[in-house]
Amino acid sequence: MSPARAFATAGRVLRQLGHDPRSIALLLVVPGLLVGLFAWLFDEQAGAFDRLGGPILALFPFVLMFIITSVTTLRERRSGTLERLMTTPLGKADFIVGYALAFGLAATVQAIVTVGFAVVVCGLRVDGPIWQLGAVAVLDALLGTGLGLLASAFARTEFQAVQFMPVVVFPQILLGGLLMPREQMPDVLHAISDWLPLSYAIDAVNAVTGGDEGWELGRPMIVIAGVTLAALGLAALTLRRRTP
Amino acid sequence: MEPRSAIGEPAILAEGLTVRRGGRTVLDRVDLEVAAGRVTGLLGPSGCGKSTLMRAIVGVQASVGGALEVLGEPAGSAALRRRVAYATQAASVYDDLTVRQNLSYFARVLGAPRGDADRVIELVGLQDRAAQRVDALSGGQRNRVSLAAALLGEPELIVLDEPTVGLDPVLRAELWELFHRLAERGATLLVSSHVMDEALRCDRLLLMREGRIIADTTPAELLTGTGTGDPEAAFLALIARDAGDRGDADGAGDGGADGTGGGGVGREGAVRTSRPAAVHHGRHEAPQEPPGGGGGLR
Repeated sequence: MSPARAFATAGRVLRQLGHDPRSIALLLVVPGLLVGLFAWLFDEQAGAFDRLGGPILALFPFVLMFIITSVTTLRERRSGTLERLMTTPLGKADFIVGYALAFGLAATVQAIVTVGFAVVVCGLRVDGPIWQLGAVAVLDALLGTGLGLLASAFARTEFQAVQFMPVVVFPQILLGGLLMPREQMPDVLHAISDWLPLSYAIDAVNAVTGGDEGWELGRPMIVIAGVTLAALGLAALTLRRRTP
Repeated sequence: MEPRSAIGEPAILAEGLTVRRGGRTVLDRVDLEVAAGRVTGLLGPSGCGKSTLMRAIVGVQASVGGALEVLGEPAGSAALRRRVAYATQAASVYDDLTVRQNLSYFARVLGAPRGDADRVIELVGLQDRAAQRVDALSGGQRNRVSLAAALLGEPELIVLDEPTVGLDPVLRAELWELFHRLAERGATLLVSSHVMDEALRCDRLLLMREGRIIADTTPAELLTGTGTGDPEAAFLALIARDAGDRGDADGAGDGGADGTGGGGVGREGAVRTSRPAAVHHGRHEAPQEPPGGGGGLR
């Protein structure tokens, strides 16, 4: 692991993103617009947006980063640039950490814009400190990045990579506690939801909006961080210097 | 700079190199010696195993059997990652970055000195395009960016897979001059091509067919040995002779001598003119396109 090479890689990924203004616009504007749409949709129902707005904030950075990361790294595998890098002293960890740093930074900017829009414009009620909401959003984005890096190892084409959305992401949305509080789910589904990382992301957001401190917030945050690190580690293992 | 291997010691040494992929033998007991400080051409039709051999040498090919030493170390060892450079057949650079951004990134990954990116941009003649995005360049220019990346950090062994595809004759000549300049400064170059007339530009030649090396020779020896006037005809003659040899060997019951003899340095001495009738053994995949026509001009 070499910090210089990891930072060089992060800088390169950000430079690539910088050459793509449309993607930046989508990355920064779309989550806010969707939050706005949600707020408008539940405008008539008192308290509904305060209940659902938080979990939505956990969802968007996760989903967006999952797609962006899996497609970008797949492109790198297919274009031959990964093979070229694997003939250089660049370590697998340098590569993965570089991507995580770059997308982590993008996620931070996205979280500031989206959380700001949700609180200031849409009037989301947050009992805890707002920065904590941003921190949860960034961590969720990193979780999406980690799982996206891992998923890209199992896809051969961009088309397949996008197909991982319904496989990896949709079940987590259904069972994560956004549509129905997890305590009210059938026992089996509740047990399954305990194993899905997005459930903890939604728990963490609910803890912040509900003003819970300490373990209520700390436990889900630790789980998300742990899963993210595990996914990044596994993703590094899927990089091979030698390929068939 | 690290001490180079002693004069006369080969930069690449392979014995019984075998690669199987998907149940198919892509490289079949290849014996090989590539001299240091020279430009060695690796020629043969598409699909004959050139790229696989190059991938094995730079250490990115999986399931490699036999012995393969590069610059005195086992191929693919960590110590070689700074000393060996490789450019794949397809331009492996980032389309959405500029030429300079691409090369600066690869330079930082290699730990090459500052300014090295500009040095290699100049070497491949892309100064005017340095600030342009790669996806705005022509195919030939993209290949040159990829080639430039392989020159970063002054590697001792430079492995280039079809670097001149899609270049006009003037540029192609310039690049071959560059290869020789690099060799004069002590680098070893292994350059593949399926365009036979490029054979004459190499110091040494390895001719490949169907996963085996059928001749290890020099351009002059290739022409005199086969009694032909151009490398294309010489290659066809060699293929015909090789097909004849293999037929004999099969008849004798897959003799152990035949596979290892293919890469022998002394072999070209035995090259004889073949009668055109025998050429029909060469399958249609043998280079029938006109010399220089392979890539087309861009």
